[in-house]
Amino acid sequence: MKNLVKLLVGAGVLAAASSVASAATLDDVKSRGTLRCGVNTGLAGFASPNNQGQWTGFDVDLCRAVAAAVLGDPDKVNYTPTNATERFTALQSGEIDLLARNTTWTLSRDTKLGFNFAGVNYYDGQGFMINAKNLEGITSALQLSGASVCVQGGTTTELNLADYFRANNMEYNPVVFQALEEVNAAYESGRCDVYTTDQSGLYSIRLQLAAPDDHVVLPEIISKEPLGPAVRQGDDQWLDIVKWTLNAMIIAEELGITQANVEEMANTSTNPEVRRILGKEEGSTLGADLGLPNDWVVNIIKGVGNYGEVFERNIGSGSPLKIARGLNALWSKGGIMYAPPIR
Amino acid sequence: MATDSTHLPGPAATSRSSALNNPQVRSIIAQVVLVVLLALFIWWIVGNTTDNLRRQNIASGFGFLDARAGFDVAQSLIPYGSNSLYRQAFLVGLLNTLLVAVTGIITASIIGFLVGVGRLSRNWLIRQICMVYVEVFRNIPPLLVIFFIYLGVLSALPGARDSLEVGIPLGIQTPFGLIGWDDTIGFNAWLNNRGFFIPRPVFNEGSWLILAGLIAGLVMSVLVYRWARARQMATGEQFPVLRTSILLILGLPLLAYFLAGMPVDVDVPVKGNFNLTGGVQVKPEFLSLYLALSLYTASFIAEIVRAGILGVSRGQTEAAYALGVRAGPTLRLIIIPQAMRIIIPPLTSQYLNLTKNSSLAVAIGYPDLVQIGQTAMNQSGQAIEVVAIWMVVYLTISLTTSVFMNWFNNRMSLVER
Repeated sequence: MKNLVKLLVGAGVLAAASSVASAATLDDVKSRGTLRCGVNTGLAGFASPNNQGQWTGFDVDLCRAVAAAVLGDPDKVNYTPTNATERFTALQSGEIDLLARNTTWTLSRDTKLGFNFAGVNYYDGQGFMINAKNLEGITSALQLSGASVCVQGGTTTELNLADYFRANNMEYNPVVFQALEEVNAAYESGRCDVYTTDQSGLYSIRLQLAAPDDHVVLPEIISKEPLGPAVRQGDDQWLDIVKWTLNAMIIAEELGITQANVEEMANTSTNPEVRRILGKEEGSTLGADLGLPNDWVVNIIKGVGNYGEVFERNIGSGSPLKIARGLNALWSKGGIMYAPPIR
Repeated sequence: MATDSTHLPGPAATSRSSALNNPQVRSIIAQVVLVVLLALFIWWIVGNTTDNLRRQNIASGFGFLDARAGFDVAQSLIPYGSNSLYRQAFLVGLLNTLLVAVTGIITASIIGFLVGVGRLSRNWLIRQICMVYVEVFRNIPPLLVIFFIYLGVLSALPGARDSLEVGIPLGIQTPFGLIGWDDTIGFNAWLNNRGFFIPRPVFNEGSWLILAGLIAGLVMSVLVYRWARARQMATGEQFPVLRTSILLILGLPLLAYFLAGMPVDVDVPVKGNFNLTGGVQVKPEFLSLYLALSLYTASFIAEIVRAGILGVSRGQTEAAYALGVRAGPTLRLIIIPQAMRIIIPPLTSQYLNLTKNSSLAVAIGYPDLVQIGQTAMNQSGQAIEVVAIWMVVYLTISLTTSVFMNWFNNRMSLVER
């Protein structure tokens, strides 16, 4: 009988512990005091630990921006490195509040996985990289029939690769690993001729190779890869917060609000749009309606800077990657980065 | 209460006190309660899971198995392409798992048996070498053995353009210069960091005669074996069965080959744009997993074999020698059959371990059930279903192996009498 009681008590404890914490992610984050953010295991420029062990990168700065908006401090983030296989279950199970891990926005991820994408923070496309020293004379992806191709498993990249070779009647040998580091090692050791992933990823990976100059990225872009942050379905408030954090960063770039001048602009600007966004408009409840303090945009820009600053610092001209803005320039400057107005 | 106790046999039926005090009744009640609680627990877990999945709008169910997979797989025993279904992708993974498990089990058994017997050898050097082998492989985690062979051995081979030809060298390079000729008798087999390339036979019209020759050879060998045994029982005369069988099994197909006008061509690997093309490519992922699992499990099998042989009492050997039986037949006919009774049960566990360890394939990208399942899980988003498939499949493979080995064990113990 004693054992029976123990069993019943045990079952009760389990039942209590497993009641799912869904809905108000904002309250959870506030009461916990930290944002739990899922990032890449190590993709230079996007998410990787620096030599002091702190996470830095383009995706990391999005986590920091959300933490700044919600908690007022960009450093209050717990990073969970996830590989391609783990990332979705980590978000579904509630292990992380936000997935900012160069993840492509697709219909099935919206529907079958139960996610909502909060926008696009990087417009990318899939490309191919080869070792030009070993494979002289190859200048186009259409010459790759018969090649061994390294690819990370469980990605949209893997599917596009199959489609592209099938559409062009070419053959290839897939070499598939689940972890990015394993794909990199296999490519470096010559196990495959070609590395395929998003072009931004190729530039980043090329930097980590022993002789980056030997490798070239072929000109073909074979897919659309809109990369963006994802959250769980069923919590519209949290989705709004992440969505408008990203939008605020883009709008700040449009208006010339930078990390350096944000305080000054908040105090002295007479431009009504700037005053409204920075929470200085009389009687405005824009921040409070999101469940955030009124100076949430000031906190974001003070913490990480505007979209352009984050881009240039991590992957653009201020970084070893030197990726041009291209599609990711503002709509007013030839790109397609466009944010709905904050009003 | 009293009516309950009348249904129970034994002391309960005669007991006058409350049935609750009867240990048998109490144990039955406790078990019933436990089973009910367990069923409730499982029902609650399943309900809770489906509830939460629905609330989070996550798709569930096994319907995705009939959808187009969309991804390619590096190595497949059946025709498979990106247009195939998830169901077929899982089948490809299962067959790849079985391939590495079966080849691994055969190789591990052979190596393990040789090393196990070698550890009991009278030759000091053989004994020590076998001991070092066992101690090295037994004490390293299998994942490290896999990594060592994959990254340390196969990745270090030259690239496709400088492939090594496998053959017999006619000369040897010494510090004093070349001895012999600077040439090699090649088998058209090549080794590079993309794997091991061997020629592939292409069977043209008329090849059925070779198969027929092989079958005839096998049947005749069995007949010869039976006849020779019957004759030995009757007259005591021995017949060289092994040599005759080899001659029959190899000779008849060879004869058929020439009679049919040499219908077999060989598809030789040749250098292509990126890699060697043609022939059979044994990929390094398979090679390293197969070698690592074989070498690792062989060290355990060696110890089991040694224990089995030592478990047969010394008197058996002495009795055989006293009757004038030589050392070879003593081992083959007297010691090993008795040792098998001790060897087979733990051997079964090792076979199961090897099969389950094959899921370490995921670390080096060999497309086994787990690796393909992970890709499928991520492309379809059906994590729970994929994990359920894994569990059911591995359970089925393991139980089938157990059933077979138990049958084999029973057979061996009958032979003993």
